[in-house]
Amino acid sequence: MKLHEYQSKEIFTHHQIPIPRGKLASTPEEAKLIAEELGGSVVLKAQVLTGGRGKAGGIRLVRSPEEAEEEASKILGERIKEIPVRRILVEEAVNIQQEIYFGMTIDRENGETLLIASAEGGVDIEVIAKSTPEKIFMVHINPLHGLRDYQARNLATEIEIPRALWRAFISLAQNLYNAYQEIDATLLEINPLVITDRQRLIALDGKITIDDNALFRHPEFLDKRDLSAETSAESEARKFGLAYVKLNGNIGCLVNGAGLAMATMDIIQHKGGQPANFLDIGGGASADKVTAALRIILADPQVKTVLINIFGGITRCDEVAQGILQTLEAVQTEIPFIIRLVGTNEKEGQKILADAHLQTAQSLQAAAEKAVELSREPVL
Amino acid sequence: MSILVSEQTRLIIQGITGHEGSFHAEQMLSYGTNIVAGVTPGKGGEWVLGGKVPVFDTVRSAVEVTGANASIIFVPSRFAGDAILEAVDADISLIVCITEGIPVKGMLEIKQIAHQENTILIGPNSPGLITPPRTKVGIIPGNITKTGTVGVVSRSGTLTYEVVYALKQAGFGTSTCVGIGGDPVIGANFIDILSHFEGDPQTETIVLIGEIGGQDEEKAAEYITNYLTKPVIGFIAGLSAPPGKRMGHAGAIIEAGSGTAKAKITALKNAGVQVASYPEEIPTILESL
Repeated sequence: MKLHEYQSKEIFTHHQIPIPRGKLASTPEEAKLIAEELGGSVVLKAQVLTGGRGKAGGIRLVRSPEEAEEEASKILGERIKEIPVRRILVEEAVNIQQEIYFGMTIDRENGETLLIASAEGGVDIEVIAKSTPEKIFMVHINPLHGLRDYQARNLATEIEIPRALWRAFISLAQNLYNAYQEIDATLLEINPLVITDRQRLIALDGKITIDDNALFRHPEFLDKRDLSAETSAESEARKFGLAYVKLNGNIGCLVNGAGLAMATMDIIQHKGGQPANFLDIGGGASADKVTAALRIILADPQVKTVLINIFGGITRCDEVAQGILQTLEAVQTEIPFIIRLVGTNEKEGQKILADAHLQTAQSLQAAAEKAVELSREPVL
Repeated sequence: MSILVSEQTRLIIQGITGHEGSFHAEQMLSYGTNIVAGVTPGKGGEWVLGGKVPVFDTVRSAVEVTGANASIIFVPSRFAGDAILEAVDADISLIVCITEGIPVKGMLEIKQIAHQENTILIGPNSPGLITPPRTKVGIIPGNITKTGTVGVVSRSGTLTYEVVYALKQAGFGTSTCVGIGGDPVIGANFIDILSHFEGDPQTETIVLIGEIGGQDEEKAAEYITNYLTKPVIGFIAGLSAPPGKRMGHAGAIIEAGSGTAKAKITALKNAGVQVASYPEEIPTILESL
């Protein structure tokens, strides 16, 4: 689960990490009042869960409360990368001397937490990482030992933090690691962490992702999930425990297991077709779950054919076949289905399909070829 | 021979009285796996699977009484991390965790501890292992594979079934099939399993099934170049997946362009691995070797 900047900054404050003074506004009037409180010169920051917000015009510097109101009214009506802006973080403007990049994430291969920093923070950190990787420094944190002061100090020297700020940098790194651990984060990023003209370290931005599997330990975030970036099909899928991603093709896919779902999309593409979606019904899906999944696929107007590929392990083929029949009884559709069922109870499942005169395929290859062929036929 | 599991495996099942645990215990037993005990705290003293298998309250007591050397875990995700550590502490040398959804923070610590104690951890979020014809430690359907000389290692579940089934249809059997698990942080990785296959006389060729995300396939490619003498055939799922699921800038910085299906396929090809375009092409490539 991704947190908004303002939510990340609430966590920062709780862990004694300095941030600019500021408040959240959801109307232009509120933005004006906050700007007055902060002394006039403020930064307006759209709170949307997407990267590249600054480049898309979602961050603006204004010089007066009136200007804050005027600009806020513009931003609040806008969409940034399709996501409507509902809230703005209004913060005091800070005089920046240097911008640093500071991040923390999982090192999957080594089973550690990685602390990443660069003296050249700001919007284009990925460009820096690609063109001048020697300017990016990393520290490996063994989870059994935690972050040691010397490791943070090494990082401070490598990114050439002024000596007078070493203590502040070490305690900031420690506090961030504690915050990261306490909230079960998988990503914590500050870009930029700035040194101000008054020689203070301040987190100007904040981005945190919490491990979805650990949300049970953090009930305070459960009702804070922002769904504005989610399409109705995606939220429908989530309700039924289905993993669904809409794509641009016309062959709807229903598969059990993420790896097999991707392999099924791949073979469609390999045979010259285009998948309309990724959809993983998970393990042990019931007939009702299959029906919910098919409804989502059929609601996509681009879909011209549906390919169902099930390799039953925990999932039972007869249960899936029942779900397909249930759907066809409830939904009137001319869209052809190509169905391949293998594994647990495959004979029972295939009998159900044969009795209903549905098209089946023996191999994944044959199923994909048939689906691609049907996807090319003109709609009658 | 085979790798990791064989008829010498003396298996305990943690969570044997649960819904999943009891179902798969039955399946493993009927395949021929030597299940010596089950563990469910609070149910010690009972007998399950038609009175054939005793249940203990703790892994330690199950090991003391039965001499178990491997454990499989079907415990719910909130408790599975603790279950792994209990097995490590009882000196179990091979632990297979089927459970998915264990929080990453705990897994980082568990991975370090298992490593320190020289315990082989397979998973979590793994379908387990199967050594035909009689040993299955996991949930891979027994009838989709047969004994043979192909070693299979995979990060996926059902995609692995698809591959071993395609192999069987074409007449190829497997020495051992290992699902290393689909979670971001897992115990044994591709390299660990590849090194076992390299040392196993029964295994003549190796099939490696990867997917997008992480750098395990790239690391495996490097290892194959430097240390492997047996031929490897690869398949990477996700060539058609749109780039999207990224872990902020930090993820992009550490992956530095790797992690995509294209990058993984290129890395494997550069290591001399023949990469199939779809699962059913794997046996065709095997025939041409």
